[in-house]
Amino acid sequence: MQISKEEVMHIAKLACLNISDDEIESYRNNLQEILDFAKTVDSVNTEGVGETIGTNENYNVFRKDEVIDYGDKEGLLKNAPSQDEGMFRIPKVLN
Amino acid sequence: MDITELTVHELIEKLDKKEITSEEIVKSYLDRIDEKEKDVQAFVTVEDKEKVIDEAKKADEKMKSGRTPLEGIPVGIKDNMCTKGVKTTCSSKMLENFVAPYDATVVEKLKENGMISLGKLNMDEFAMGGSTEYSYFHKTYNPWDLNRVPGGSSGGSAAAVAANLVPWALGSDTGGSIRQPASLCGVVGLKPTYGLVSRYGLVAFASSLDQIGPLTKDVTDAAILLNVIAGHDKKDTTSENIDKKDYTKALKNDVKGMKIALPKEFIGEGINEEVKKAILDAAEKFKELGAEVEECSLDIGKQALATYYIIACAEASSNLGRFDGIRYGYRSEKYDNLKDIYKNSRSEGFGPEVKRRIILGTYVLSSGYYDAYYKKAQKVRTVIKKQYEDLFKKYDLILTPTSPTVAFKIGEKSSNPLEMYLADICTVPVNIAGLPGMNIPYTIDSNKMPIGVQLIGSYFEEEKIFRAAYTLEQVTKFREKYKPEFRK
Repeated sequence: MQISKEEVMHIAKLACLNISDDEIESYRNNLQEILDFAKTVDSVNTEGVGETIGTNENYNVFRKDEVIDYGDKEGLLKNAPSQDEGMFRIPKVLN
Repeated sequence: MDITELTVHELIEKLDKKEITSEEIVKSYLDRIDEKEKDVQAFVTVEDKEKVIDEAKKADEKMKSGRTPLEGIPVGIKDNMCTKGVKTTCSSKMLENFVAPYDATVVEKLKENGMISLGKLNMDEFAMGGSTEYSYFHKTYNPWDLNRVPGGSSGGSAAAVAANLVPWALGSDTGGSIRQPASLCGVVGLKPTYGLVSRYGLVAFASSLDQIGPLTKDVTDAAILLNVIAGHDKKDTTSENIDKKDYTKALKNDVKGMKIALPKEFIGEGINEEVKKAILDAAEKFKELGAEVEECSLDIGKQALATYYIIACAEASSNLGRFDGIRYGYRSEKYDNLKDIYKNSRSEGFGPEVKRRIILGTYVLSSGYYDAYYKKAQKVRTVIKKQYEDLFKKYDLILTPTSPTVAFKIGEKSSNPLEMYLADICTVPVNIAGLPGMNIPYTIDSNKMPIGVQLIGSYFEEEKIFRAAYTLEQVTKFREKYKPEFRK
């Protein structure tokens, strides 16, 4: 299956990435080559076979929904590129 | 005596006999880093000298009133495990200035045992790569030949252990990222069974495949370090709640009666002749030592690799969605609105290989392709797992190469993603099935580059791997015979 330039741009948009015009072709080539190889999975007969999500047997691991105070609010905020009065600062969303 | 030549169990012995102090150990390593780090460049961050010497002095003080076994022993940590107060960069521009407010569970355990971190080790950006050439900061060089890669993604960890810059280190393995660099650098590297070691505080790449493990000078040290890091953690629901084991008890010089499978597909096409010869030689050695070695079929290499790149990239595209320039990490200066912050921060903060994998992962998860790629790969995963399970009904261990070739030259594969991916063909299937696997240095090739063998065990049967690896190590005497030469 051939992957088009438009498809690469659409996927990049979904992934929230900019791709410059001169990058598109190289990403398209890489993607084409890797996906062609990925099609190797088709050679395996999987009729009636279930999906493996993880390799251990645990399926749903439940715990009580308890609030635990992390305590170090400052430590958490310290890494934010922009913060104000104990909150993350972002540009205006609504006009 | 060069302290940095010693294994950790030798250091422990000398500390017990009061022949050396932690301060001497730490200072020897700091001197060694001063001397060799410029050639190898294994670190992203070397810890502050004064700080680690001070920690060593405190450990020596504590030891006067009886010691815990690992008190005052230095360690290196791959830079994708969170360390409170010290940068955790994942070798990415995205996290260049990220300082975690907490310790990963494994780091907590190192500290509880009194170990002293010498610093954070280089890797391929977000652990995506097999050569450490994709680090945003700098490449790491193979201590055996500085023109070659150390492997990856835990290339900094493997090179640092091989070059005696740290006595041992932690790495992480999603598709071979502990075992392959261990093989290329001639050290021991173990990927434990999925779920044996907590992933809490490990920056996630592909959550159903990632596992933390030790890189060490010998098999005994690997058992000691696994003892420290293994165990259930309520902060990681995929970590298994099983009884704590003492892996050092499995270190027996005896493989009599063990059944070892030798899959013919892993010594066939695509495997370098000298590597192949070493594996067959290792098989003979095991026979001489009393194990039963039998050729078998395990024709899953390419299918497993294809499955891996679908699943790993899908999980990565989801995991890396958290990097949006808001709460932590890089934020672009170019933006007018929120959407621009996301897009521009991600586009400027991630390197090309990371973007390539996010795009691939997004593609296989996108509507219209989900069933053909992602769902299909998850089914193939079941088939692959079953094939291993069937083999383990008959055999104790599987013997294969760790890497199809020895360390390649810098730049040789970095321009061709698919070729780089094919270098993972011997290690990836083990992650797909969630099994434990270990690289044991075996010999060197005609260019004096290390060749490793891989032993794969069944779920939570690390003891069998340790037993066979330890036995093999006694006859190969790799560390006595060969040493990295820092060839330029």
